[in-house]
Amino acid sequence: MKEARPKNRKRDLLGDIIFLVVVVVISTVLLIIFPDRRFRVFTVSREFFIEMITILPAVMILMGLFSEFVPGKLVVKLLGKSAGIKGILLAIVFGALPTGPLYIAFPMAAGLLKKGASISSIIVFLSAWACIKIPQELVELQFLGFKFMVLRLALTIISVIFMGFLIEKIIGKTRRKEPIKP
Amino acid sequence: MNGLAVLCLIFAFVKDREKAKRSVFKALMAFLRMLPVIIGIVIFIGILLGFVSKEVIERIVGVRGGIIGVVLVGLFGAVLHIPSLIAFPLAASLLKSGATVTSVAVFITTLTMIGFVTLPLEIRELGRKMALLRNGISFIIALIIGVIMGLLL
Repeated sequence: MKEARPKNRKRDLLGDIIFLVVVVVISTVLLIIFPDRRFRVFTVSREFFIEMITILPAVMILMGLFSEFVPGKLVVKLLGKSAGIKGILLAIVFGALPTGPLYIAFPMAAGLLKKGASISSIIVFLSAWACIKIPQELVELQFLGFKFMVLRLALTIISVIFMGFLIEKIIGKTRRKEPIKP
Repeated sequence: MNGLAVLCLIFAFVKDREKAKRSVFKALMAFLRMLPVIIGIVIFIGILLGFVSKEVIERIVGVRGGIIGVVLVGLFGAVLHIPSLIAFPLAASLLKSGATVTSVAVFITTLTMIGFVTLPLEIRELGRKMALLRNGISFIIALIIGVIMGLLL
């Protein structure tokens, strides 16, 4: 797991750069063929670029601060002990803290499971980690508006909790039969 | 937003200089790391709105797209692996050019909740059953969230 991570990162970066190059090449070709579209494309791109560049540094700073000041060990310690409703709520809060990409959360979740955390709180934790990030909500607020953001957030929280209990119901008893490979 | 970040930063520096410095460094690295995707998406949005007409967007993810359009957009979101922070401007631009609230909500929800690319890792860490259930149910939930949001907004 630990050896695989830097390799993945390099591959991801390469993928991103390939994506950028492909987009740039296609755009250049398109804009050469259709010069009349240039103005519209440039205005739209500039607008979005400015909007992103004004909000992203702040988001990044917040994420950096959280990852330094809220270490993963603390999360594991607090989550492993708690159960029931309290566990679910804690799982949402910790999942929502901006502490890094989803692939960090999988080994954490596996560790928590072994420590005896309930399946429902693990599912809630993972899902909250994936889609209820605090900085993400702030960017959503900026681009899609207050109503959209709040409604989607509320619906997501409700359904994530529901999903946690549902999955616990489904695999609750068969869990032990399927050992997790280390 | 920026004010909040500055406040937190000042507080962090007062509390622990070393850690605060490290977080700023981390933030900078993360930002640089994200830059290629940001620029790529920004250009992509420009091309999208500049070349694809409103009618086409409407036909696929708008009112005329119907259920198939919504499901397609959901699958697209599940397979795509772009940081959600960057997805919001894309979503906003689609919304402006005639996509329905339902499709946009489904897109964002599947994009964030379902990780097709990270699925192998999830299976390895948590077992096949749990990983597949989580991602599968998430997809259905995303569709439901989208429909409810479309009805309410």
